[in-house]
Amino acid sequence: MPTASSPPEPRRRFGEHGLAWAFLLPSVVVFALFIIYPLGRTFYLSAHANDLFGAPSKYVGMKHYTDLLSSADFRTTLVTTALFVLFTVVPGVLGALLLVLLMEGRIRGVRFLRSAFALPFAFSVASASVVFSVFYNPASGVLNGLLSHVGLGPVGWLTDSQYALISIAVSTIWMNLGYNVLVLSAGIGSIPGEVLEAARLDGASGLRLARSITVPMLGPSLFFLVVISTVNALQSFGQIHILTKGGPDGSTRTLVYSVYEKAFAYGSSDFGTASAQAVVLMVVVLCCTAVQFGVLERKVHYA
Amino acid sequence: MSTLTKTPAVADPVRPARRPVHLRSALGRAGVYAVLAVAVLTVAFPVYYVFAGAFMRPDEIASYPPAMVPYSITGENFSGAVHAIPLVRQYGNSLLVASLITLAQLFTSVLAAYAFVFLPMRGRSVVFGLFLATLMVPWEAIIIPNYLTLSGWGMGNTYFGLVLPFLASGFGTFMLRQSFRQFPAELRDAARIDGAGHWRFLWRILVPLNKPALAALAIYVFLSSWNQYFWPLIITRTANMQTLQIGLSSLRDSEMADPGLILAGVVLSLLPTLALVLFGQRFIVRGLTAGAVR
Repeated sequence: MPTASSPPEPRRRFGEHGLAWAFLLPSVVVFALFIIYPLGRTFYLSAHANDLFGAPSKYVGMKHYTDLLSSADFRTTLVTTALFVLFTVVPGVLGALLLVLLMEGRIRGVRFLRSAFALPFAFSVASASVVFSVFYNPASGVLNGLLSHVGLGPVGWLTDSQYALISIAVSTIWMNLGYNVLVLSAGIGSIPGEVLEAARLDGASGLRLARSITVPMLGPSLFFLVVISTVNALQSFGQIHILTKGGPDGSTRTLVYSVYEKAFAYGSSDFGTASAQAVVLMVVVLCCTAVQFGVLERKVHYA
Repeated sequence: MSTLTKTPAVADPVRPARRPVHLRSALGRAGVYAVLAVAVLTVAFPVYYVFAGAFMRPDEIASYPPAMVPYSITGENFSGAVHAIPLVRQYGNSLLVASLITLAQLFTSVLAAYAFVFLPMRGRSVVFGLFLATLMVPWEAIIIPNYLTLSGWGMGNTYFGLVLPFLASGFGTFMLRQSFRQFPAELRDAARIDGAGHWRFLWRILVPLNKPALAALAIYVFLSSWNQYFWPLIITRTANMQTLQIGLSSLRDSEMADPGLILAGVVLSLLPTLALVLFGQRFIVRGLTAGAVR
């Protein structure tokens, strides 16, 4: 009974609605400070010139963007980014698909194989890149060591602009293979057993089974994997910073790396240009995620 | 399911020459094993070489062609790595930062997910949509303002600077919400009848019964914080404040570091993550594929 001796509990008066907001508050504060506000400030910075120390000086509107569009360097950066996505996503997804399909064929030791493929998981971008830098070492690296066995000359894996981007892509594919295999294995696991069994009873096996049943039924997983790999490739930074620092001759300077160079590298604080590039990056990534959400929504509707 | 009706499972009777048996025998079971064996060796070789190389003497690892097996096991690479960079300190930094982020994200995500599932709220779907939207913003694209904010607060090169932006996560909230939603309504009503308020129900009943989901989230968050590279690179300035990942990178850049030293550093950095991958695999599967399988 709410008498004077027992004042109403503050939480009760506050109500469950208040409690809900109290529970959301910590997350909302973090998002507001470190995601939403920075979003706005990125746009603000991209529309302002800045002094040598990066402080915004005067409003310049779209100037940074038009400068970027007319810059040959930036076009090269975009092409490099696209190539890096192509070099990592296509082989990474197809390779994982092949492995997963092969493991489906009633193979012994599937558990062992899955664990082996999951090993690169334990590697961070930095540790994997540092290891590959040892492999790619022109003088003492394992790769040139193996090449010399078959009589081929040393290759400048990271110092030759012809090979540098591909070398970084190879290390990235290795890093992500475990994840790709895992996603596709989970996808195969979610195919109803009856479907596969019915197909097998009808005499389908091997390539036929893969082509007509497994791969089409893997569609959603494959699609998810392509999108997530693309987004990851677009955001790749550590491997480039460790292996080539964007070189040689800018041949591995992707969009993210370009943002870093303009904003932070070698004492540079050109936050205006860097922010304009960051906006371009954001738009590209958002387009990829939007495609994913759009397609997944449709799939949910008729599934 | 349209794909099924489009391609019936029945073998095509018009073209018997393409019966799968032929293809299968052509490829051959041995072929399947051979391809898988090559794949496993390719994937596992770098892992093997890290451990082998970390125990090789400098002249062995630099021999041309390089040695594949250490002839004499030496530990000097490890002591070399520890002396080349403040590796012990950086190890501690990484452990501290990753643990703080993990604990904080679990806490904030549990609270937020609870609000979304068990508490009445106006505009719930809008707020939840906002939480999901945070997942779509690429961190690299907003890294400049975040750097400016935290340096402006004097938190450059501090633990606060390393940890603060990551204290909450839309992904964690999303994952725990999925898990909480499956909580049986009878259990919840029973707890309420027994007089448990929201706070007690949350920590005494809901959290203990959702341990697998929490463990999956914890492992996922710990691994991704431990592996962070871009943010610690720019927000730290001194070697003593750097995380292990940045230390590894500077170990490679330093003139005196030979491959053995680098690999020894990598071996040390792998210990916690390798343990998580080997012993927590089922949790990792759950965490990483949370968005993939619906």
